[in-house]
Formats: sequence, C-alpha cells, structure tokens
Amino acid sequence: MAKKHAVSFKLNGKAVDVVVEPRELLIHSLREKLQHTGPHIGCETSHCGACTVDLNGMSVKSCTVLTVQCQGAEMLTIEGFEQSGALHALQEGFTQEHGLQCGYCTPGMITRAYRLLKENPSPSEEEIRYWMAGNLCRCTGYQNIVKAVQYAAKKMSSPRT
Amino acid sequence: MIPREFEYHAPTTIPDALGLLKQFGDEAKLLAGGHSLLPMMKLRFAQPGHLIDLGGIRELKGIREEGGALRIGAMTTENELIWSKLLQDKCPLLVEGARLISDPEVRYKGTIGGDISHGDPGNDHPALMLVLGASFVLKASTGERVVPAEGFFVGSFATLLQPGEIMTEIRIPVPAPGTGYCYSKLKRKVGDFATAAAAVTLRMKGETVQEVAIALTNVGASVLRARAAEDSLRGKAMNDASIAEAARLAMRICDPAADQRGDAEYKTAMAGEMTQRALRTARSRATR
Repeated sequence: MAKKHAVSFKLNGKAVDVVVEPRELLIHSLREKLQHTGPHIGCETSHCGACTVDLNGMSVKSCTVLTVQCQGAEMLTIEGFEQSGALHALQEGFTQEHGLQCGYCTPGMITRAYRLLKENPSPSEEEIRYWMAGNLCRCTGYQNIVKAVQYAAKKMSSPRT
Repeated sequence: MIPREFEYHAPTTIPDALGLLKQFGDEAKLLAGGHSLLPMMKLRFAQPGHLIDLGGIRELKGIREEGGALRIGAMTTENELIWSKLLQDKCPLLVEGARLISDPEVRYKGTIGGDISHGDPGNDHPALMLVLGASFVLKASTGERVVPAEGFFVGSFATLLQPGEIMTEIRIPVPAPGTGYCYSKLKRKVGDFATAAAAVTLRMKGETVQEVAIALTNVGASVLRARAAEDSLRGKAMNDASIAEAARLAMRICDPAADQRGDAEYKTAMAGEMTQRALRTARSRATR
C-alpha cells in the first residue's frame, strides 16, 4: 500500500487532521472521515458541482482534488455557513426564493455562490449565470437559483439594520 | 471512482521537481491543475506510480511583461488569466479563450501550462498559442530550452515535451496595438470540449489584410494551423467571398474523429463556420 500521509487543514474554522492514502479524494475524506456530508457526490467526474467546497479562496470540485493536496488549507463547506443559529444570507435567499426542489445540488450551489459574491458583490444576472455554470441542477430550478443569489447579494450589500 | 495507488510528492522548487522527475522516470507524472490527469487516473487511462504535484512551486505562477513579451508562469490558472488586467489590456484573445474553457470551478484549478502540455486536441490553448506566436520554456535538470508553439503539437497527446522536462513558462509577444482577434468556439454545453473552434489574429491596413493567423481546435489529431486559408487572405481586401474561400480552405485540412459531438462532415462544416465567425469578429476589432 502506498505510504499514508497525515494532512492538517482548517475546516469551517476548526483545525482537523486526517490520515489518507495519496489517492483519496477530498470528497471522501470530508464525507467519510470528517462526517461533513453536506458536499454531495453527484457525478464524480467534475461535471456537476454537487461536491463544490471553498478551498483557499477558490470554488473547487472536491471529487477532483486529492486530500493530500490540502495540507495547510482553509476550507469552507455548507456546514460552515450557519452562524449561532442564524442562516447565512445565501441560505436565506435559497429559502425565500425557492431556490431548490430536491436540494441535492444546493450545498454546492450555495458554496459556489459564496465565492462568486466575495469576488463580485453585485453581479448582473448574466454574470451569475456565467459564473455559476459549473453547478448543475437537475430539477431545472435555475431561475430561482439566480433569484436566490440576487437576494443574498442585495442583503449582504445593504447596511445592517 | 478512485485512482490506482501511487506515491505523492509535493516539491516547492523547480530543481526539486526536476530531481523527482529524474528519480522516478517513466513511473512519474506531473500534476498541474489535475482536471485532465485525475479523471484519466480514475478511469485507469493513466496509472502513474508517482505523482509530482507542481502546485506548491511559487515561481511557476504569475503574469508579467518583460522585453516586449508577456511571460506567464505555467501553473497560472484559467481564472487568473481571465482576471489579469495586464492580459485584458495587452492580450484580450487569451482572456476570451480562457473564458470559454470548461466551467468556473475547473478554471480555478486548470492551468495554462497543463492545458498546453497535455496535448489533447480538444484543449483550447494550443490554437491560441499558435495564432499568438507563443513559445514555451521547457526545463530539464540539464538546462532549459525555448521552443515555439509552431511545431510543438505533434499529434494526439503528443508534444515536443520530453520525459524529464517541465514546462515552466509561456512567452507571448505582445500583439501590436490594433490587432484584431477572436476565439470562436462551438460547444454543446458548458464544460464540454469544442465540437470545433477557430482562433484568429488579424492585422489590417485600410481594407487590406496585412497579417493573419488561423488555428483550429479539435478537428484533427492535434491543433491545426490553417496555412492555405491564411495565404488566401493575406494582401487582399477581406469580404464575404474571401472569408468564405478561407473557410473552405480551412475545412480542407480538417480530419476530425466522429464522436457524440457529431460526425466528421458536421464537425468539418462547423470548423468552417467558426473560421468565418472568428474572421468577421477579428475584422471588426482590428484597427484599419
């Protein structure tokens, strides 16, 4: 068996360690070793985006990243969005705008939208569609997903009341 | 889908990476963004015993201008190309091309050097590199060489990159101000490879074509330079008839493989259509 590696990174603000074979995919470490089952396995071929996580400021498909590549990384998954019982603006947006039907793609959608809004706090509809295009929704709910991202963009840019 | 077992190495300098490459020889593969190699490893199309990850080598990243050329570190990602103010200003063709590659998540990981080194005829950078007159810096433990993009792509998944070499930098002469350009790509969906695509750079003098370069993606064993089409345009006025003739000549060199994207006849026709569209757009962008 190939030599195992101890890999340490920050997951939703907490330091975690895993011991993995080099061939272990990040999505499997997250789901099976770290019990973070929010990121979903959709296609396992980097097409669908259901496994999207935020890794060092990038949206990545965790089915196509090796866990050994994550030494020292900062990672955010859907589990890290809710703070002290309050939903993140994106989670609220997906609820309010009915941005999901079956919900399978939603963790990936929200995690991707998070990075998009960090990079572009007030994207146009066209920009949302272009920069969210790596995430597939098989319930074909794109219209409301766009609205959900717009909802969050608006809420996040307005001064707190 | 999990790859076969392998050993993982994460060098932080180019000499260390070259040392590992020498040590493990045929058993080793270089890992760039991983969005071509890892899928191939999952399917057992590639089964390296050692994976050398270039992701931790800082000097392989970055975009700068030096001596009239743009110098792009091989590990610079597609999104970094898209967001580069320098490229938006000096080489918008590269930005336009990168925007059409795969999807946003893949573009955070996928690199220009990986795309070029892989030798996949479906990759988009080879055509862009040909029409931009780029060259590539290839480093080995014995030294480095700089090879032009022209002639680099020798066949399907075959390039001039030799075992023991690492592509470290892409050099692109800064296009002359007023150069027209376009990358026109037909794909079935976001994330797919091109059914056919055409890259064009164009310099006009009044209504006359002064210089033109045309390259085609995914309609042959490797990227194709449409020389006869270029020759038919050079030194003449560009109009509907000459654009149609150039497309016809471009189609003559196409030899696409039939697959789920279409049969050979359809893909060839689309290569002609992409050539026409790219020429028209390039003309509209060129300073007369």
